[in-house]
Amino acid sequence: MRPSTTSPEKHLIRALAVLFWLGVWQIASMIIGQEILLVSPVRAAATLIDLMGRGSFWQSVFSSFGHILQGFALAAGLGLLLAVLAGVSRVVRVLLEPLMHAVKATPVASFVILALVFIRSERLSVFISFLMVLPIMYTNILAGIGAADEKLLEMAKVFRIGPFRTARSVYLSAVYPHFLSACTLSLGMCWKAGVAAEVIGYPRHSIGEALYMAKLNFDTPDIFAWTLAVILLSVGFEKLILALMRLLGRALGGE
Amino acid sequence: MPVRVSNLSKRFGDKAVLENLSFELPDRGIAVIEGRSGAGKTTLLNIIMGLTPPDAGVIDGLAGRRVTAVFQENRLLESWSAMKNIRLVCDRAVTDAQIRAHLAEVGLSGEERTPVRVLSGGMKRRVALVRAVIAPGDILVLDEPFKGLDESTRGAAIRYVLRHAAERLVLLVTHDREEALAMNAAVTISLGGDDAWTPPCIWTGSG
Repeated sequence: MRPSTTSPEKHLIRALAVLFWLGVWQIASMIIGQEILLVSPVRAAATLIDLMGRGSFWQSVFSSFGHILQGFALAAGLGLLLAVLAGVSRVVRVLLEPLMHAVKATPVASFVILALVFIRSERLSVFISFLMVLPIMYTNILAGIGAADEKLLEMAKVFRIGPFRTARSVYLSAVYPHFLSACTLSLGMCWKAGVAAEVIGYPRHSIGEALYMAKLNFDTPDIFAWTLAVILLSVGFEKLILALMRLLGRALGGE
Repeated sequence: MPVRVSNLSKRFGDKAVLENLSFELPDRGIAVIEGRSGAGKTTLLNIIMGLTPPDAGVIDGLAGRRVTAVFQENRLLESWSAMKNIRLVCDRAVTDAQIRAHLAEVGLSGEERTPVRVLSGGMKRRVALVRAVIAPGDILVLDEPFKGLDESTRGAAIRYVLRHAAERLVLLVTHDREEALAMNAAVTISLGGDDAWTPPCIWTGSG
């Protein structure tokens, strides 16, 4: 058995791993020696800091953030509702199964192109983030409902504690870890898909638009800086949502 | 209203667990159900609790009566405290002070806020017992409720049940004759013979 590492040690190891890859990136950019192909991490960071000083940067960040958050929240809400209905009704479960498989298997680009026919480009990233997150939420929450302890459900039935208390005590405890895992899985994905949709849909004042403009202008430092911004936003978003979910879980008694 | 069990039968596959079982239980008081392992004691309790449907037969006298139970397993929410587990099954009229007093009676003072997962097996059993006793009900089902308790805590738990369950019908499954005697049962139902199913023997005691 490997010796376990303490939390500060773990953070140090992670930081060293990040530093290692930044070093590899720096060396690679020095070897290539052409900024248009590969900028150095120092240049990318400097460009990002420069961008952060502009109002348009924050406008794009808040706009994309808002749309992706909306898509995520809608998918989490609908995923929960559909999973509950599927948990109650076998017919709903059977009906939804092929739909969820189809959504999971369809390429993001296909959805983006099809959706552009019906949806304004400003709302596209909401829809695409929603589509990426929905099947993950649905599948995980349904698995959580299925994992509810039969013995506890019998206890709830005998004591006649009612559907609300049963949901809060037995089902929440079972669903909560599955829901957290669905959040972890889908948060990064909804950022990736949302920004990809923006690059294709090209809505005004969005990260996707900024990335697309940088590509048109062969502005590699900008592309790297915006990509770095998306990574940081995605990680921050994930931490924020997971922290909120943990608080919610504690408040509702799921943890 | 007495509980009347008539011609109750239950099979699991080829195995007849209960066959044409009939007996009557008083409106209140303690009834001990005994029998060897596999004789159908827990199946009988599950049918009474509405968790398992019988293949044949009827039980009269259960309509409108609430059942509370200590199951064979504790069936507690492990991440919740003892207080929260008990509060889950209580009416709003039951106060925290009352729950604390009940827990104190079975020797669990100071453990009210402790998550159940860190309690010992015997402590968890007593939390399950308090939950069944404090919950509003007319019939208290106890499936080996004192299992895993040491002698002193078992004595306290038996006294606790006797103190609080006087107004209910208590169905106690036990393998322990001493336990049955200590409970001063009004009725004893014996399920299953040594070799095959035999009709239940019913003794009416002094309790």
